[in-house]
Amino acid sequence: MGAKVKLQVWRGDAGQGELVDYEVEANEGEVVLDVLHRLQATQAGDLAVRWNCKAGKCGSCSMEINGQPKLACMTRMSLFDPDETITVTPMRTFPVIRDLVTDVSFNFEKARQIPSFTPDPAVGLGEFRMQQVDVQRSQEFRKCIECFLCQNVCHVIRDHEENMPVYAGPRFLMRITELEMHPADTADRREIAQDDFGLGLCNITKCCTEVCPENIHITDNALIPLKERVVTRKYDPLVWLGNKIGRRKSDDTPKVPGKQS
Amino acid sequence: MTDIERLPYDVVVIGAGGSGLRAAIEARLAGMRTAVISKSLFGKAHTVMAEGGCAAAMGNVNPNDNWMVHFRDTMRGGKFLNNWRMAELHAKESPERVWELEAWGALFDRTKDGKISQRNFGGHEYPRLAHVGDRTGLEMIRTLQQKVVALQQDDAREHGDAEAMIKVFSETTITRLVKDGEAIAGAFGYIRESGKFVLFEAPAVVLATGGIGKTFKVTSNSWEYTGDGHALALLAGAKLLNMEFVQFHPTHMVWPLSVRGLLVTESVRGDGGVLRNSEGKRFMFGYVPDVFRAQYAETEEEADRWYSDPDHNRRPPELLPRDEVARANNAEVKAGRGSPHGGVFLDIASRLPAEEILRRLPSMYHQFKELADVDITKEPMEVGPAQHYVMGGVEVDPDTGESCVPGLFAAGEVSGGMHGSNRLGGNSLSDLLVFGRRAGMGAAEYIGKLGDKRPLAGDGDIAAANAEALAPFERAVGENPYTVHSELQQTMFDLVGIIRTEDEIKTALSELEKLRGRASVVRAEGGTAYNPGWHLALDLRNIVLIAECVAQAALERQESRGGHTRNDYPVMSPEWRKVNLVCSLASDENGERVVLTKQPMPPMREDLLALFDRAELKKYMTDEELPPEPAQLPESAPESPGVVVTESRQGSAVTESRQGSTVAEPRKEVP
Repeated sequence: MGAKVKLQVWRGDAGQGELVDYEVEANEGEVVLDVLHRLQATQAGDLAVRWNCKAGKCGSCSMEINGQPKLACMTRMSLFDPDETITVTPMRTFPVIRDLVTDVSFNFEKARQIPSFTPDPAVGLGEFRMQQVDVQRSQEFRKCIECFLCQNVCHVIRDHEENMPVYAGPRFLMRITELEMHPADTADRREIAQDDFGLGLCNITKCCTEVCPENIHITDNALIPLKERVVTRKYDPLVWLGNKIGRRKSDDTPKVPGKQS
Repeated sequence: MTDIERLPYDVVVIGAGGSGLRAAIEARLAGMRTAVISKSLFGKAHTVMAEGGCAAAMGNVNPNDNWMVHFRDTMRGGKFLNNWRMAELHAKESPERVWELEAWGALFDRTKDGKISQRNFGGHEYPRLAHVGDRTGLEMIRTLQQKVVALQQDDAREHGDAEAMIKVFSETTITRLVKDGEAIAGAFGYIRESGKFVLFEAPAVVLATGGIGKTFKVTSNSWEYTGDGHALALLAGAKLLNMEFVQFHPTHMVWPLSVRGLLVTESVRGDGGVLRNSEGKRFMFGYVPDVFRAQYAETEEEADRWYSDPDHNRRPPELLPRDEVARANNAEVKAGRGSPHGGVFLDIASRLPAEEILRRLPSMYHQFKELADVDITKEPMEVGPAQHYVMGGVEVDPDTGESCVPGLFAAGEVSGGMHGSNRLGGNSLSDLLVFGRRAGMGAAEYIGKLGDKRPLAGDGDIAAANAEALAPFERAVGENPYTVHSELQQTMFDLVGIIRTEDEIKTALSELEKLRGRASVVRAEGGTAYNPGWHLALDLRNIVLIAECVAQAALERQESRGGHTRNDYPVMSPEWRKVNLVCSLASDENGERVVLTKQPMPPMREDLLALFDRAELKKYMTDEELPPEPAQLPESAPESPGVVVTESRQGSAVTESRQGSTVAEPRKEVP
């Protein structure tokens, strides 16, 4: 068996909590999640940790390790100095449920407000024809495993809870770009990207890109191109004039209403 | 009894992976108020782990492909133990289910002419797997998730409430199904976040809970795979079919230890990767069994030519069905020709240019680079077998997914029969779609027939389920559930694993007897809110029950076939092919026990039998099951009035009966 490592783990619930010190065994080749599991199995049976695939594919075990937003299953123990105390805390942007588990329902609410994929109803089953080069752009965004680390790190909401109702965050602005770039989609979400989902609040600091475990170029490939498309739609003088004199009817798809339970 | 929230629904789907979401979508489309129970967050289910693709005979890459070829491959892969009706429905309906995903927004990789691209995989005669790089499962679950959201948006517009007709209960676990007499009346469980108990009052329950991986030490399966649906079905009076068949997928990471069992997709081999031992030898040529000898290459030269000219060369043996490759890997390691960490070498680096590897296998590159410091574009991977899938499961009606319990349906990995003794790669994702949809339809039809006479859950049953769930807290002393679970996993992996013998299985059964006792008195600390120790304490009941089913069936079946290899009975027996082993529960003075019975395999329909050469069937079947010798057939062609000739999608003539089942096709010559 391997050496003992020192951990500080945040324990508590929505009301209050504190960092608790533990010493846990760690073996060669292990990741932080292995050590948390050993902690559960030997010292803290009720330690709440959300995890699922332990393979970096489901995006469940998002947390902050020494203050860095990470997937615990992809963070190797060998990154740390053997004497270092490793601090593990829940994602800060979302409300804590218990210990390392947070309430991420904000994200599912945003997902439900974005108008869905809208193909041309005339295209029959099996009749879509799309080129690889065209689908590839949206495919990059569909690599997203919804770990919500980009949402967690984005300063627009990390330090400003008041922005949450008007800002969808990088993951869902990227979802809008994905649909806008989908070769078979017919809806137009450019106006609502700006007006309802707060694209203007993003000032492209690239924090989201840096923490993405799938290495998606969120800022360069999704957010900036979406901003460019919005500019063409909203601020082009000809389009503006057309709208003004009523010659051009807006064909934007509205944000989806609907109550949350 | 604590407070229990009662939630009335029409259909409750337990499981939010591919089959669960597909079933829920179908039920909602049929007008049912539908609840989806997800053990984890919405969109995290084990389906995301599927890498290679979704098998569907669309014929986009090789126009010779059609449902009959797919059906044959599936039956061969399952060593003819498959429920042939399921294999038939699956082969026929998969293409439409894949196209449907595309209409819901999925973006599969494309062919040059803009269609959905298809890749080669083990056991599939033609390139057949619709895919997105090596993350096909993620694409599928996200598409289904987004389709559910799209339906909720429709409901928000129509009813003013997005969750009026379909609601996802994330991080919710069902611990008991409740019945009214013989019929399903609802499902009892807890919500993880709050620890509160809920009773879903519904006449139809669709089980879509996936597999049993957490019964074994080394598995590619995720946390959720504790055999919940298998156990819930048993406890509710349903039957489990052929639980001895457990798939050990041949290629998983073996190092570092903490990621042992992490899947290495079969696409590596489909795209040209080869297996080598420590002597550098491509050993699979030595492991082609007789039943497959005609279809697989005998030399490296022929195998390599196949990638560019599949019509004139036979397939590389690395693409044999998974059971064969897993046994071969196991045998090489046992013979001392393994890799440093106890696996074999999987080499793609010397077979494809680096940029091509990065394009086709990005997740694999990422996974090895990040977790093992191995650059797969430069060096071979070390891989070995791990538990991956269970072919056994709830016995269902192929067309509707209904079990023998009225109102209880099952689809996907939790159901049995479709894959016989061994599942082909790629057939799982298509299985989820085809039978998820059918179970959703089946549940809706069942409710339609019920009318106003809905079964009601009895207070006694609800109180008992509640008491059972709270029991781990009531014990002043009791064992740690993590310890019991870990020992059980080790026992099953060591004694009822990839290679089995009578003595070892008997040892396992007596160990399981003790573990069953220990599992029934484990203790949970803390409260009910998000308490993993308590969750595991409850899951243990299911894990132990399913382990007993696997071990009992494995002991009974005295032959080797697909995902069941007996060292003491190494041969596949045509007599055993006629036998399905069925587990059910019976009560005695010690409580409920697993009872195993033999059930005859229904004979295959004649038109399906006619899709195979008699010589091939002879390798699997007893003489009396075989169709008559060709010489004994009447000389005139079987052109009865009930048969019409139609064009297949690919334009080749096929004969179709009035029932819509195709009865003959131009037979492709096996070289």
